[in-house]
Amino acid sequence: MSSNGNAQHGCDSFEVRVLRQDAPGQPSYWCRYGVAYEPDMNVISVLQKIASESTTTDGQHTAPVAWDCNCLEEVCGDCTMLVNGRTRQACTALVDRLLKDNPEEIELRPMSKFPVVRDLLVERSRMFAALGRVKAWIPVDGYYELGPGPRQSQAQQQQAYPLTECMTCGCCLEACPQYTRIELERRDGESDADFSTQRNAAHDRGFVGAAAISQAMLFNDHPTGQMNAGERLDALTAEGGLQICGNAQNCVAVCPKEIPLTTSIARAGRATTLHAIKQWFDR
Amino acid sequence: MKLAELEIDVDLMSLTPVKRSHSVCAQGGINSVNDQTRQLGDSEYLHFDDTVYGGDFLQHQPPVDEMTLWAPKIIDLMDRLGVPFNRTPEGFRDQRRFGGTLFKRTAFAGATTGQQLLYALDEQVRRWESTGHVTKYEGWDFLGPVLDANGRCRGVIAQDLVPMEIRSFPADAVLVASGGCGLIYGKSTMSMACNGSAASRCVRAGVKYANGEFIQVHPTAIPGADKLRLMSESARGEGGCVWVPRTPQDPRPPLDIPESERYHFLEQRYPAYGNLVPRDIATRKIFNVCVNEGLSVEGDRQCVYLDLTHLSREMLDKKLGGILAIYEKFQGVDPRDVPMKIFPAVHYAMGGLWADYERTAEGRLAPASPTNQQTNVPGLFAIGECDYQYHGGNRLGANSLLSCIFSGLFVAPGVQTMLRSLSGGSAADQDASLYESHRAQHQQEHDRLLRRPGGGENPYVIHQQLGQTMTNAATVVRNNQQLRDARAKIEELAERTENCSLSDTGNWTNQNVVFTKALRDMFSLSRIILDGALARDECRGAHYKPEFDMPGVDAQDPAERLRQAEAWCDKFEQKNERWLKTTIATLDSQGQPQLSYEDVDTSLIPPRPRLYGLVGAEVIEQVWKERQEKKSAADPSGNTG
Repeated sequence: MSSNGNAQHGCDSFEVRVLRQDAPGQPSYWCRYGVAYEPDMNVISVLQKIASESTTTDGQHTAPVAWDCNCLEEVCGDCTMLVNGRTRQACTALVDRLLKDNPEEIELRPMSKFPVVRDLLVERSRMFAALGRVKAWIPVDGYYELGPGPRQSQAQQQQAYPLTECMTCGCCLEACPQYTRIELERRDGESDADFSTQRNAAHDRGFVGAAAISQAMLFNDHPTGQMNAGERLDALTAEGGLQICGNAQNCVAVCPKEIPLTTSIARAGRATTLHAIKQWFDR
Repeated sequence: MKLAELEIDVDLMSLTPVKRSHSVCAQGGINSVNDQTRQLGDSEYLHFDDTVYGGDFLQHQPPVDEMTLWAPKIIDLMDRLGVPFNRTPEGFRDQRRFGGTLFKRTAFAGATTGQQLLYALDEQVRRWESTGHVTKYEGWDFLGPVLDANGRCRGVIAQDLVPMEIRSFPADAVLVASGGCGLIYGKSTMSMACNGSAASRCVRAGVKYANGEFIQVHPTAIPGADKLRLMSESARGEGGCVWVPRTPQDPRPPLDIPESERYHFLEQRYPAYGNLVPRDIATRKIFNVCVNEGLSVEGDRQCVYLDLTHLSREMLDKKLGGILAIYEKFQGVDPRDVPMKIFPAVHYAMGGLWADYERTAEGRLAPASPTNQQTNVPGLFAIGECDYQYHGGNRLGANSLLSCIFSGLFVAPGVQTMLRSLSGGSAADQDASLYESHRAQHQQEHDRLLRRPGGGENPYVIHQQLGQTMTNAATVVRNNQQLRDARAKIEELAERTENCSLSDTGNWTNQNVVFTKALRDMFSLSRIILDGALARDECRGAHYKPEFDMPGVDAQDPAERLRQAEAWCDKFEQKNERWLKTTIATLDSQGQPQLSYEDVDTSLIPPRPRLYGLVGAEVIEQVWKERQEKKSAADPSGNTG
C-alpha cells in the first residue's frame, strides 16, 4: 500500500507548517514538522503524529500542537481550522488530496474570526450564544406525554432537514467579510463572572452570522416553532442582526454540509421586512 | 432538561461542547412500536422480547420492559421537539427495519438521527440555560466524585481544560452520562471524548462496574488511519446486502462479478433475518468468512462488500444521504456506483456503571423512585451508554438512542424524590473541608504528574499498544490464553505509563497531561473487561469463546436428532445456571478488579436459546418448548424464570 501512496506524490514523508500561539494575547509563530507518509491519512492523523513526536524538522522539541476534535466523521464540527488557507474540518481533509494540490507542504492555521486559546484551538462560544439570541428551539409546553408532534409533509421535512444538519462549526462565519473577531482582554482584577458578562454583552452586539440566521428560519418554518416566529424576527432585526449581512455569499460556498444559507438569509430578509410592516400597521 | 422542568438547578459538565457529543455519530434511528407495526401484530411486549432475546437474556427485565413501554411516548416527544423525522407521503413518521427484529420499528431523520435527536435536546437545554436553570461547564474534565465519610456522593471535582484550574462542585445529586469507552481499543467507531475516564474515575471511587466484558463490535465500519467510521446498519435496513466473491480475492471489479459467483453469506445462512441479523452474529459471520474461509475481498486485510448499487439513487439520497456522504468523503468513492468495503469495529459498551432500579409487583419500574438508575454510591446516578442496564449481552441497533433518552427522562423524578429527603443535609450543609480535601488531592496528583521526571515513555505510543492488545484479545473471538497474555501485557503497559514523559508541562490548555490522565484511567476498565472475559467460560451475546460454543444438531436420524437436541437443551440449562449472571467488578486497594456475580431478573420472559441460524434450530426449539410447557404445568404461577 505505501508504495502505492508514495507513487502519488513521490516521497516517504511530507512537511506540515503550523501557525502556533501559546496563549491569548501572545504572538503567533510558525513551526514546521516532518511527517512520515501512510495511506489513508487525514489532517487529524497528521496532528496525532505530531502530538506523539513533538519534534520540529530542525530537531527542536516543542510542546504538542493543541487542537480540537471529537467525532472525526464531520458531524460534530469541532475540528474546524484553516487547511491550506481553506476553512474546513480537519477530519475530512485527506492528505492524499492535499498533497496532490500542493506536494510541498500542508499548512494549518487556526480560524481567524474567533479568539485563539492555543495553537489551532479557538473559542467559539459566541456561536452557541447566537443560537440563544435567536431562540433556536421549539418552546414546547413540557416533556410530559402530549401525543405526537404536528404532521408534516415530505416537502416540509425535506426543507427542514438540510438546515438541521448545521453543526455550528463556524466555516460560514470564518468566510464572512462582515463577521469580525471579538476578542476582549481581561481587565485587571476582573473576576471570571464579570469577564464572561462583559464578553457575552459584546457577543450579543456582534453580528449574529449566517448559521444562526438559518436556524431562526428553521424554527420559524416548523408548525410549532412558527408560533414564536415574531420573537426570532425581532432578534434578527436587533443590533448585530440580519442587516449586517453584505450578501457576499461566501457562507454558502464554504459550508461543509452544503446548507442553503443564502436562501435562509433571503427568506429571513423577506420575513423581517413583512414583520416590520405588520408591526408598523399594528401600532 | 427534565430536571430543569422539575425546577432542579443543574450544572452541566462536558469535555466538549455538548452539541459536539458522540451521539451525533448515531446514524440509523430510534426504535419503538408504532401504529403501523401494531397492526401487523407488533406490541411493546414484542419490542421488549426482541431486546432481551437479542441481548441473550442478560438484562434485568423490568427496566427493559419499562423502556419499551415508554418508547412510543419518547418518539412522540422528540417529534414535538422538532426532530425532522422522515415522513410518509401522508405526513406521518416513516419507519425502517433494523437488525434483530422483523418489524419496521425504527423512526429516523435521514441518516443522522443521533445528531438530530441530540440537537433537539441541546436546544431545549439552551432554552433552560437562558432561564438560568442550567449552567454549562463545557471544556471541563470530571476528575472524580466527592464522597463524604458515610460514602454518600456530595458533588464532584473537575478541571477547566483551558487554565487547568481544578474546582469542586458541591451537588445533592450527581448524574454521570459520559458515554462509552471505545478509546480503550485504540481505534473504534467512537469519538475522541469516549475514553471511559469518567466511568473509570467513578469505579476508583467505589462504584461497581457491570458486564464490562460485553463489547459490541459493529459488523460494518470503514477503515481509517485515525478512527474506524461507522457504516450504519440502516444501509442494510434499506436493502443493502453483504457479499464476497466466491473466488478468494477475485481481482475483477465487484460489479463485473456475476451474481452466481457472489456469496451472500448472511442471506444464505439466516433466511428469516437475512442481512439484518443481530450485530454480534453478523460480525462473527463476517469474521469467519474472512479469517476461516479465506474469502476476504482483499488479501492483506479483512473486508467484505456492502452493496447498495442495486437500489435507486433517489431513494438512497433521500434515506441514506448522510452516511453515504461520509463514505464518499473519507474513501473518495461513490457507494451508489461501487460496493463499499467494510469490516467490523468496536462500537458500543453494553457494560458500564452498575445502576439499580425499584421493581413493582407487575415487573415494571416504580415511577419517581430514587433507586432507579442510582449506583451503589448513594447520590451518584448513571444514565446512557455508561450505564449497563438495558442491553445485556448485545445491543440491538437503534436501541441505544432509546435507552439514553429513556434513562435520562426517567431518572429525573427519582432525583427529585431523593432531593426532598436528603440524608445528612444538602451539599450546602457540608463542611467546606470535605470539598477542599478532595480538591487538594486532585491538585496534588495533577502537579505531581507535571513535575515528575519522566522515564522517556510516550503516552501516545502506549495508547496504541493498549488498543492493539485489547482489539486482539477482547473483541469478536476470545480465548483464554490470549486473554491471559493480554492481561499481562496490560500490567506492563500500565507500569510503563507511570514513566511517561510529558512533552508539555505547562498549565494552559495542556492536552498532553489530560491525555496521559485519561490513559492511566483506561487500565482500570481494561483490566475489568479482560478479567470478566477470562472468567466467563461460555458464549453469550457479544462474548464468544469458540472453546465453549454449542454447535447445533446435525444428525439425520430423527431419534438421534431428538437425543442431540435434548442434550443440547440440558447443556443450555446448565450454562444458564452457571452464567446467566451479571458480572460485577469492583477495584481492590491495589486497583485490581474483584469479580462477583449477581442473578438476573428474568421473571417476565423466560430465557430461551438464541437460535439465529443454528443448524438444527427447529428441533432444539421444539424440545425447548416442550420443556417450558412441562415446567409451567408444574408451576401454574407461570414463573418459569
